[in-house]
Amino acid sequence: MSKGNGKSEAGSVILEVKGLHATVSTDAKKEILKGLDLTVRAGEVHAIMGPNGSGKSTLAAVLAGHPAYTVTAGSVTYKGNDLLDMDPEERAREGVFLAFQYPVAIRGITNSYFLRSALNAVRKHRGQEELDPLDFLSVLEKKLKQIGWDDSFLNRAVNDGFSGGEKKRNEILQMAILEPTLAILDETDSGLDIDALKTVAEAVNALRRPDSATVVVTHYQRLLNYIVPDRVHVLAGGRIVKSGGKELALELEEKGYVGV
Amino acid sequence: MNWLTELRERGAARFAEVGFPTTKQEAWRFTDVRPIAETSYGKAMSRWSVEANGAKGLVTGDLSKAGDIAQAHLGRYADVAANPFTALATAFLDTVQVISVPAKTEVTAPIRLSHRFEGNGAVMATPRVLIVLGDQARATVIETHEDSGIESALSNGVTEIVLGDGAILDYVRVQREGTKTSHIATTQSHQGRDSVLRSTSIALGAGLTRHDLGAVLAGTGGSLTLNGLSVISGRQHVDYHTTIDHAQPHCESHELFNGVFDQHARGVFNGRIIVRPGAQRTDSKQTNNNLLLSGEARADSQPQLEIYADDVKCTHGATLGPLDPTALFYLQSRGLSPATARSLLTYGFAADVLTRIAVAPVREDLDRVIRGRLGVESLAAA
Repeated sequence: MSKGNGKSEAGSVILEVKGLHATVSTDAKKEILKGLDLTVRAGEVHAIMGPNGSGKSTLAAVLAGHPAYTVTAGSVTYKGNDLLDMDPEERAREGVFLAFQYPVAIRGITNSYFLRSALNAVRKHRGQEELDPLDFLSVLEKKLKQIGWDDSFLNRAVNDGFSGGEKKRNEILQMAILEPTLAILDETDSGLDIDALKTVAEAVNALRRPDSATVVVTHYQRLLNYIVPDRVHVLAGGRIVKSGGKELALELEEKGYVGV
Repeated sequence: MNWLTELRERGAARFAEVGFPTTKQEAWRFTDVRPIAETSYGKAMSRWSVEANGAKGLVTGDLSKAGDIAQAHLGRYADVAANPFTALATAFLDTVQVISVPAKTEVTAPIRLSHRFEGNGAVMATPRVLIVLGDQARATVIETHEDSGIESALSNGVTEIVLGDGAILDYVRVQREGTKTSHIATTQSHQGRDSVLRSTSIALGAGLTRHDLGAVLAGTGGSLTLNGLSVISGRQHVDYHTTIDHAQPHCESHELFNGVFDQHARGVFNGRIIVRPGAQRTDSKQTNNNLLLSGEARADSQPQLEIYADDVKCTHGATLGPLDPTALFYLQSRGLSPATARSLLTYGFAADVLTRIAVAPVREDLDRVIRGRLGVESLAAA
């Protein structure tokens, strides 16, 4: 397994999903992903769209290693390695990041402490020195500046009592700090008003790098006005049934999922 | 001192009448005190230490120094009829530690009051504390209870807290006695108009703990924070019974009790909130969270709301269970190992209470103690 700095050249394949089947762990008969294929290259933004229950969030969860799902067939290769063989924390340290649809509140732990613990886990894995609170603060300030946010929720407990919009922003802040190679945004737009949506989208755009890729999972086309995808995939019945350029999202918006 | 003799006699008479409670009584359903009832105790040697940096007019000491204050308040709030152990403690009332802050006086340095006791064979201590803050006085009091690792002991303490109008008290009580000790305690507070009491009770020690906390909001505009944290394991048992009495309108109370229970430990929480007729615009919130770290640990939680006014806001909630698997996955998905994720969540559960302690040096000391108790010293310091 590569223990490098996670550098991928622009255009090189970051993620290759082949014939992926997955079931709910507690019910082997409940298959949600039924032979899914997806190739994502460095520098690209992919949008996965589909109706409720099509398997969008399951795909995101499986890529992050959520124990609620079991992969029964197929393969997932990430930067040349078998992703499915890695524990969730190894995936994170190797640069996979999932922005949760429903971020979890961690009571008693401040956001800045949590962010530093996460960053240090990743840095340690990369053979970099762990950051003390002061060094971390300067990293944090730089990142906040890059995405144009203030530090108002750093000293609050992680997601505890946060509004829906604050939780989603907090996911993006974590993404900014961890600098993933593959960022998967699971319905990051749900529950956001248009201003909050723009704020989040601008931050995601500011964080794009030629050596990283973003997979945006969404039900609505709206977000894709702000995070413009290179490829759009329609997920239905646990498989990708149609792929195209950004215009496919507009077509979906007009005709609905049934029409496409 | 006749008043003192009379007070003792009142306690003795009441205890003679009711005796030890049994599990047939609702308030004692989950806590069996037969081992205490069946032991004959000698008198423990109580040692108090008091650290206070003198502010003008501050009185700390026993009855010889604070007889008048004690006579005016002692036994007026902790009712011997309310609890048989309060009656027993009052019957054997011995020395009293008094902290008295005169009106409009601010004591900035925390006042540290520490009780440690020893003895041969089975012994009983009856640590008694009286804290009185005059109108608009302000202080921080830390009360610690420890023993000297004795064979079999009963600590049966009573603390009374009286806050004048506009007084502000930060109060932290830490109990870390040995597991061969049974710790029974009554804390009763009485607040004047616009006063603020921020109370945190921490139970780490003793084999059996039963702590009754009663708080009366007796003046309009009073504010009460009544928090608690238990971190226990082995066969330890902690039973917190709290009663918040909203006797006057426009008062607020915030109650948070968290318990971390490992191995065969057992937690009980009973939170009673009374809103008296006329106590309009009461704002009361009660939360009780119980973290069970083993399949054998157990916790019971009972809210008990008695609301006799109609323009009030009262909420309560309780949680019970192991560490949340979704939260564990969330932390793992950010690169933390499962072991670190578990430590962090467990610590966070306790820190949820600790971070609310307003006085920084006190909070930081306790943070170290709790980290040690939870075995999470390895977590990077905040």
